[in-house]
Amino acid sequence: MPTSVSNNGEAAIRLQQVTRHYQMGKTLVRAADNVTLNIGAGEFVALLGSSGSGKSTLLNLMAGLDRPTSGKIFAHDRNLAEMTSSELAQHRTHTVGIVFQSFNLLPRMTLEENVELPLRLAEVERSERTGRVREVVERVRLSARLTHRPTELSGGEQQRAALARALVNRPTILLADEPTGNLDSATGDEIMLLLREINETLGMTIVMVTHEQQRAERFAHRLIRMGDGQLISEGQTS
Amino acid sequence: MKRRDLGELALRNLREAVLRNSLTTLGIAVGVASLVAMLSLGVGLQNLATDRLSRSGLFDAIFVTPKSNNPTFGRAETQAPEPTGPPKPLDADARKKIEALPNVTEVYPEIRFPTEIHYDRNPYATVVAGVTPSAKTDGAFDGMTGSFFSGPAADEAILQIDFARQLSPQQPNLLIGKDIVLRYAERQALPAEPGSKDSASAGFSIVPREQALRIVGIIETDPAGGFGAFGRGRLFIPLQVAETLRAAQTNDLRDLLRDGPSQRNYESLTVRVSGASKVKNVEDTLKQMGYAAYSLLDATRSLTLVFAVFDLFLGIFGSLALVVASLGIINTLVMAILERRREIGILKALGAADRDVRRLFFVEAGAMGLLGGVSGVLIGWLIGRAINFGTNIYLARRDLPAISVTAVPWWMVAAAIVFSIAVSLAAGMYPASRAARLDPVQALRYE
Repeated sequence: MPTSVSNNGEAAIRLQQVTRHYQMGKTLVRAADNVTLNIGAGEFVALLGSSGSGKSTLLNLMAGLDRPTSGKIFAHDRNLAEMTSSELAQHRTHTVGIVFQSFNLLPRMTLEENVELPLRLAEVERSERTGRVREVVERVRLSARLTHRPTELSGGEQQRAALARALVNRPTILLADEPTGNLDSATGDEIMLLLREINETLGMTIVMVTHEQQRAERFAHRLIRMGDGQLISEGQTS
Repeated sequence: MKRRDLGELALRNLREAVLRNSLTTLGIAVGVASLVAMLSLGVGLQNLATDRLSRSGLFDAIFVTPKSNNPTFGRAETQAPEPTGPPKPLDADARKKIEALPNVTEVYPEIRFPTEIHYDRNPYATVVAGVTPSAKTDGAFDGMTGSFFSGPAADEAILQIDFARQLSPQQPNLLIGKDIVLRYAERQALPAEPGSKDSASAGFSIVPREQALRIVGIIETDPAGGFGAFGRGRLFIPLQVAETLRAAQTNDLRDLLRDGPSQRNYESLTVRVSGASKVKNVEDTLKQMGYAAYSLLDATRSLTLVFAVFDLFLGIFGSLALVVASLGIINTLVMAILERRREIGILKALGAADRDVRRLFFVEAGAMGLLGGVSGVLIGWLIGRAINFGTNIYLARRDLPAISVTAVPWWMVAAAIVFSIAVSLAAGMYPASRAARLDPVQALRYE
């Protein structure tokens, strides 16, 4: 059973013997257990596994939303495990974009305001913001919906809006946690096509957590399977 | 995050839970209002007291006498260095020198002499007092019927009501515009005897004189003019007129024996200075000049102390409401953290630092403090106006003049708003710190 998978290209993300343990009462949960993994720049990687296998934990560690119990996580050669809280916030602002299963748009903001939010956090000049928002919203084909609130958008539109929000700060890595989990099959395919288009046209590294193997095989370059917090297999898609 | 973005997000958040945030803000406003109302009452009463006392001339006046005449009022004499030699006379030259001292606004003698008034062919014995022109503006004759003297040299008189009732028991106010005749004893210096080397041996004579006066006003209360001034008179005439009359006074015989008849000395002078804070310096200077001087400075200090303690207690009671309001802020913001747990997680996932989240909650608390502070000051001011209104209705029913018992000076407006913001920020510290510490992974899982 392999515990490490690597490719030979330039690494966007490197995990070295990463462990994340939680204490749940008297039980020690090994959400990630001694994981070593390289993800090359421009790769589209799918992390597969059943619920509780540790794939979302690994994604949160790569995002800098969580810290490892031990081990090192490098994003473009900067070790997230040694970063301060505000450095991790900078990492989330500039290096990674995150898409969630449940979209996580702020309901009281319009689509435009939701997409603009990361620009506010990154302290991008106001004069530049409108152009950046329009550009990214056009990319996800939601230009006609700028003034709509999330509740006025379909599930697919909400996920595209979330994708636009993740892309607006022009990150180099896109992390997607079950991006099609709340969508029907056709809409899910639309999102996957959009992810592939972003990967191919922008050369963005994408790490996607999913439990849908067939869809992952159709769109990702590499599949990595997890179980009990460990990497159990990996393989290139055809 | 930039300040403007922070402000926009905070205001948007406040608008989202408008009812709860409005009620919290109202709580702060009520707290600030109670504080402002209490303090405005304290300051208003202090202003009223100090205004009345300063008008009385007690606190900006120095009573000056020749050294031997000094009434020490049972107090230690002086702290200023004492010159040696004979007592310096308090004469016209001395008056001019004192008038030229810095911060001295007015120097006037006490001219008060017994006399006889003729009105409607009847004689009435009374005491005449000279009144300074400044009495017109410093409020000493506030509330009088009729008018003040038309000029400093006008042959006019103002009567004290008790004396006016002697002249016209039924309708004393009808005396205004009537003429009276003042009969008094004029002091006239005698020419020096031929061959005499000492002109002082000539003495002076007393000549009966009359002066016609028109009654222009009647005053109910004893007008205040500082101790040693024109209080305790029954008939008031302009000081300049009183001085030109050269009426014989009680100290004339003493002057004759001590200084000679040509030397007209003042028994005392009242020195008014530009403010109570200047009294000490002028008083010391007068003592150095060789005169006895006395002021009521200590009484002023005691009054200030009493009102400082009074204001402190009013402020403490007023602040209690603000403390209760601050608990409301804590409650509102803690509830907001629970409600916005997921939103905080999203913000952190998008790149918000702990500091950004903390500042966001701080700005929300500060905004509630600012709005509550401004509204509270307005409400407090209105409460003060209502207290004034009610007080004046009560006073009007008792035929008393209107007064202002509350005051909201600018420093109080600024201090109340700053205090409100400070209390709100202090109340927001715990919720803001708790929000900043939220684990984003846990927060994003929260439904």
